[in-house]
Amino acid sequence: MTENKIITELVDVPGKSEFMVKAERVVKSYGQNTVLKDINIEVKRGEVMCLVGPSGSGKSTFLRCINHLESIDGGRLYVDGEIVGYRQKGEKLYELKPKEAAAQRRDIGMVFQRFNLFPHMTVLENVTHAPIKVRKQNKAKAIERAKELIDRVGLSAKLNSYPAQLSGGQQQRVAIARALAMEPKLMLFDEPTSALDPELVGEVLDVMKALAKSGMTMVVVTHEMGFAKEVGDSLVFMDGGVVVEAGDPRQVLDNPQHERTKAFLSKVF
Amino acid sequence: MTNQQESQGSSSTRSAASEANDIPPIKAIKLRHPFRWIFAAIIVAYAAAFVVDAAINRPVYDWPTFGKFIFDKRISEAALVTLELTVLSMVLAVVLGILLAVMRLSPNPIFKSVAWFYLWFFRGTPVYVQLVFWGLLATVYPVIFLGLPFAPPLLEFPTADVPVFWIAVIGLGMNEAAYMAEIVRAGIMSVDKGQEEASTALGMSWTQSMTQVVLPQAMRVIIPPTGNEVISMLKTTSLVAAVPFSLDLYMRSRDIAAPIFKPIPLLLVASAWYLLFTSILMVGQYYLEKRFSRGATGMKLTRKQIREAAANQEESDD
Repeated sequence: MTENKIITELVDVPGKSEFMVKAERVVKSYGQNTVLKDINIEVKRGEVMCLVGPSGSGKSTFLRCINHLESIDGGRLYVDGEIVGYRQKGEKLYELKPKEAAAQRRDIGMVFQRFNLFPHMTVLENVTHAPIKVRKQNKAKAIERAKELIDRVGLSAKLNSYPAQLSGGQQQRVAIARALAMEPKLMLFDEPTSALDPELVGEVLDVMKALAKSGMTMVVVTHEMGFAKEVGDSLVFMDGGVVVEAGDPRQVLDNPQHERTKAFLSKVF
Repeated sequence: MTNQQESQGSSSTRSAASEANDIPPIKAIKLRHPFRWIFAAIIVAYAAAFVVDAAINRPVYDWPTFGKFIFDKRISEAALVTLELTVLSMVLAVVLGILLAVMRLSPNPIFKSVAWFYLWFFRGTPVYVQLVFWGLLATVYPVIFLGLPFAPPLLEFPTADVPVFWIAVIGLGMNEAAYMAEIVRAGIMSVDKGQEEASTALGMSWTQSMTQVVLPQAMRVIIPPTGNEVISMLKTTSLVAAVPFSLDLYMRSRDIAAPIFKPIPLLLVASAWYLLFTSILMVGQYYLEKRFSRGATGMKLTRKQIREAAANQEESDD
């Protein structure tokens, strides 16, 4: 009975489906400059999708639209069946209040290229801050959970260190633990290894691989083609604000169909 | 052949490592700086001459009178009033300054221009002139009405009833707020944009990310110049004579000096008290700066971290 109800809901509500992220004809512009032109992307629950492309292709902008750090100017963007940043009543869209938008973001974790850890807090405080202050979790419980997560990214020895005392790779692992502490249903990665020294890239990718194995839905903007091949369920190649090519990562990377994809990949490998 | 070379190579690195401790350290003769010593000696000699001269040859300093009044009850009470003026006007200035800074950074054009106008006016006119104006408030606005414009007032009170002390606090505080606003704004802008972004992505509200993430980091930039402003304010309180308010340290010592014709020893008394307070403030500033430099690059280990490191060391020794 309940199951039936859920299924009818899935059918009735536009966008409510098996897709965690669904972009329909998304357009984003800054003034005269249109950076996303008619983007159609679908990410299934539990899927790891890699977004690749040259800088300025719009991949990071698209990622930031998913958790409404940027708002879109056209089309529709759904996360878990809900329109991002707006509420639909009949034909009209209403902009969400800051509080409602914040509530949407809580369920979406984000990892930044430059880590953006809070430098005035220790590792443990970084990871527990949002669960306690935003989710209003019990402090002892939040600390316990944070310690588990920090252990999972292999940094138990650094609980009371400040970010400035850690290497880039360690900081990024803390940033991942911080995002996971909010128990997100979707994780966004914005070039998580681009600011790292080459020998530190591996430790961050290992954490991400483990996370992918645990079934987390992930959208990863990356230049790590090895990671895309090994872990990615799908790959989207963007250039000039459009999706040029999409499909199975191994197929797209080994046998690109489009000239622009070929040109880009020949430079990356 | 290759094998031999390799083994030679590795043996030489090994021996280099083991012999590093045997290499004698450099024992060079230190570079001398004779002119440093000469200049230092000259300056010390002049300073000593000045002190001796002040103590013996200048009866007008009148050290006995200085000694008589330095702990005079009227003086210490006035010193307390000066301290109260400083603290209260700075509290007003910091609160108003944060408000103005946030208004200037807000996307709302009306907030922005109101803040800009405030700064333009209060930074653009001398604090002494402003204090005289505040003193004349009762002449210009004998009664202040509170309520909606063009509607009957909800509340009214006569300006003449406001104590002169509070007029002085308002005058000093509102002037200082303009400077504090700029200091706070610089502090907020010094925090990386990614910090607000990260807190937004974690679902924090604007107020949360401002008070829990951005402002605590901005404090590192805000505190040193604010300490400066407090010290500056302590001395600016001597201008409240313009209101006129006469119970602060400077005016009180003038009033004591006038009937006994001894202005100079009492100026020294006032200076000594001002110096005492600024010294205390400097110590306070040192600890505040230390508190807010947590997590800064190049910070020293915290005591907690040192304890942990020691514990780990013991474990690995066992």
